[in-house]
Amino acid sequence: MANVATPPNTSREDQLIEQLGFDDHFHAHHHGDKYQSNFITKYVFSQDHKIIAKQFLITGMFWALIGAAMSIVFRLQLGFPEESLTWLKPVLGKWIVVNPETGIGSLSQDFYYALVTMHGTIIVFFVLTAGLSGTFSNFLIPLQVGSRDMASPLLNMMSYWFFFLASVVMFASLFLSTGPFSGGWTAYPPLSALPQASSGSGAGMTLWIVSLVLFVVSVLLGGVNYITTVLNLRTKGMNMWRMPLTIWAFFITAIIGLLSFPVLASAFFLVTFDRSLGTSFFLSEIFIGGKALDHVGGSPVLYQHLFWFLGHPEVYIIILPAMGIVSEVLSVHSRKPVFGYKAMVYSMLAIAFLSFIVWAHHMFMSGVNPFISNFFVIFTLIIAVPSAVKVFNWIATVYGGNVRFTAASLFAIGFVSMFISGGLTGIFLGNSAIDIQLHDTYFVVAHFHIVMGIAAFFGMFAGIYHWFPKMYGRFMNETLGRVHFWGTIIGAYLIFWPMHYTGMAGVPRRYYRFDTFQAFSHFDELNKFITIAAIITFAFQILFVINFFYSIWKGKKVTQSNPWGANTIEWTTPINPGHGNWPGKIPTVQRWAYDYGKDGREYIPQIEPLAKGETDEGAH
Amino acid sequence: MTGLLVILSIILIAIIAVQIGKVSELAAKIRGEEEMQDIVNRRQSVYMVLFMVVFLVGCAVSGVYYKNYYMGFGPWQPASAHGKVLDDMFKVTLFLTGIVFVITQILLFWFAFKYRARKGAKALFLPHNDKLEVFWTIVPAVVMTFLVVGGLDAWNEVMADVKDGEDYMEIEATGFQFGWNLRYPGPDGQLGAKNFRLISGSNPLGQDWKDEKNLDDFHPGEIVLPKGKKVRVRITSQDVLHNFYLPHFRVKMDAVPGMPTYFIFTPTKTTTEFREELRNYPEFNVPADPKDPTSKMLWEVFDFELACAELCGRSHFSMRRLVRIVEPEEYDVWAAQQPSYYFGNVRGKEDDPWKGRIFEGEQQPADTTQAQQ
Repeated sequence: MANVATPPNTSREDQLIEQLGFDDHFHAHHHGDKYQSNFITKYVFSQDHKIIAKQFLITGMFWALIGAAMSIVFRLQLGFPEESLTWLKPVLGKWIVVNPETGIGSLSQDFYYALVTMHGTIIVFFVLTAGLSGTFSNFLIPLQVGSRDMASPLLNMMSYWFFFLASVVMFASLFLSTGPFSGGWTAYPPLSALPQASSGSGAGMTLWIVSLVLFVVSVLLGGVNYITTVLNLRTKGMNMWRMPLTIWAFFITAIIGLLSFPVLASAFFLVTFDRSLGTSFFLSEIFIGGKALDHVGGSPVLYQHLFWFLGHPEVYIIILPAMGIVSEVLSVHSRKPVFGYKAMVYSMLAIAFLSFIVWAHHMFMSGVNPFISNFFVIFTLIIAVPSAVKVFNWIATVYGGNVRFTAASLFAIGFVSMFISGGLTGIFLGNSAIDIQLHDTYFVVAHFHIVMGIAAFFGMFAGIYHWFPKMYGRFMNETLGRVHFWGTIIGAYLIFWPMHYTGMAGVPRRYYRFDTFQAFSHFDELNKFITIAAIITFAFQILFVINFFYSIWKGKKVTQSNPWGANTIEWTTPINPGHGNWPGKIPTVQRWAYDYGKDGREYIPQIEPLAKGETDEGAH
Repeated sequence: MTGLLVILSIILIAIIAVQIGKVSELAAKIRGEEEMQDIVNRRQSVYMVLFMVVFLVGCAVSGVYYKNYYMGFGPWQPASAHGKVLDDMFKVTLFLTGIVFVITQILLFWFAFKYRARKGAKALFLPHNDKLEVFWTIVPAVVMTFLVVGGLDAWNEVMADVKDGEDYMEIEATGFQFGWNLRYPGPDGQLGAKNFRLISGSNPLGQDWKDEKNLDDFHPGEIVLPKGKKVRVRITSQDVLHNFYLPHFRVKMDAVPGMPTYFIFTPTKTTTEFREELRNYPEFNVPADPKDPTSKMLWEVFDFELACAELCGRSHFSMRRLVRIVEPEEYDVWAAQQPSYYFGNVRGKEDDPWKGRIFEGEQQPADTTQAQQ
């Protein structure tokens, strides 16, 4: 079972690997061992990075459907508050409150806030962090740097199973009788620390914290692996400047994660101490439930600093892998090198560094001394520069290309459009003076949904469509993929563009209803429109899920190992790479990853030696 | 029943999707992969341009349709002195980012169309261009610097606390689940000390009555302010985080339990004046109650409002207080009429620490506990 993959065909790539590759005697050692010998060790507690990647992907997709379904439910309440939701009572039980006179069922206020909280938590952490980084870092790092597997396959397996555990705990919290946690994905105390303040802050918050601490463990285990593999297990000839941008992105993302997630865990530990041990890290001078509490001396603002110290790098942890994927996909399908490869790397490094010193732009109106906000404004607006450079580089990659429109490249182009739209609104919010009015309004909701909820998802979709052939030896259906793209890009803009208008008009976020204020009641029609757009866009995602699962078993088979004509070395493995990825030697890398259209040749794989007199574009 | 229908529709969509998929793959096989891709490239590139046009036109049209809601445009004017500065910052940023938005979106989709794969065409081998890259790094950096300097200038001015000797009035707003307790300093112009441990049914703010500054403080049911006078709002919270938000005044600041915060602003328009301005807009010249054509006009019933802008629990969305800006003379009359909370609710009762004392205007020490016997 061990090293049997599809029998190698003697293509030019295989010859190059046989002649110039690096022989690490991998298969000699694994002959006849018990590796992956039963169903459990091969598919469940797998230590093969490719299986683990698929586990992350499927779990991520499961959570994406749940998170999106939650948003449909609360959008129904928001868009159609006069309509009855009693039809949801069989599923949501006591969380649908029926007015005894009118018979109209509405979402209970507590559960509305629980849905909003869970939607954010699930999508930010489980889908866009685990589902995005977890999938692609795991799948691509060993394949693209030329190693047999991750540095520690055991830790890698544990990284997935901690994520699974975290998922189970979070899922369980949805069924608590006191309700899931409902204080916003940001979980600010005192609301999140005091069960008297909100019923979801009781058992719901406890499970929420447990789940996320387990999740942090998963991220750290994964991150350690990714960094170590990229630094230590690159194949011969793969120096850092010859790595594809995907690997740079995953590598930098892992470093950010390792430095920032522990701070989140510390914030959660301190909240737990405040809730259970009577400490006062975040609590002071509170009168609630008819009595004055004993907690004195703490500050809720401290929590915000600790939370956002992760919270801001977190959004870059989400977007950088998507950026790396888009760079790769655009380049391959435009048949052109990604424009400004070095600038792309330096931009990612700059973004990573800067991401650690902008966190308090989430706290401009939190009561911090306004003086310190000056620094955060400066660094936040500086971060716009490397982001802009990347956008220009992507546009320049398409310029002069010979662009092949596949589902993957469509989503990559869509990513750039979304990143432009969402990124530009960040410039308003990063300027504290303007943020005075826009903070905690729908303008913020529009900004982060477009730049995270759509752009990052588009990067993920581009990656799935592009590497599905490598993962499953079959193609996803391209027609359905194109339909999925157009439905989603149009639908997504229709959902979130209008929120800029309600935001500028001052409508606050996290409001269950808008009719209690004159100032916020102008948008009934628009809210209905947004809800309908959301439902339709969600339907297009169902299309994607169907395409994905159907294609795993019945998709068009891949017949050549390099169907996209790409340079990177994951395409030099057999169509269904087995354990150890390459059946013989590991390829030696001779050039950078972006020789597309060079010297009249459509593409030149990385394993091909430089011809005499040929300039090494990747020389650094 | 609805659930069954939903599930059936999903199954139907699934079947349709699979059939479309199969048909398209068959068509590709018949036509030949390469030719199919060629057709796809041509079609998709046209969709790219179409999308670009519809998208940008959609942005423009919807922008015009909602022009009344852009900060500083039409009726959505600031009613405070600093509000104009912030709105102007917004307009400048909108202008600059708008230009970038239009140019980059056009370039992206136009290039996608123009450089679609065609038979026999070759891509340009263009790995980088130093001059261009330096240019488009420097220009955003300069634009950002300009925005930062303007923004911070405004920020530091707006957020600065009052200086000694400055002429201002102070009021206090205390957020709680789920409303606002308002407190004015009364004739002495000073808010008295409070302590959360003193909060009770008869002492909602926990005021320390031993502090004489508290004795003339009053608790109005709405915020009334004189036009043209600088006001420092002292913002506190009783339980969880709230946020003191006056949308028309561009005022917003978190209310933190244990850490009083503040926001300073000067109202520049009375409610009446603002209503007169709204009158100029057809959208406000409609009956306020769409079902009752004889009801007052929307502009007539307009009021400034205080809202909460930090998630604070199940009724976060309903923490409303009315805000009225009036001429200074009218304010003085109103303020003089407000009864002090101490004298109205505490004087002579159990918690009154000044039972033996005679205040101005009283003839004997008040002790209602004796009178009841």
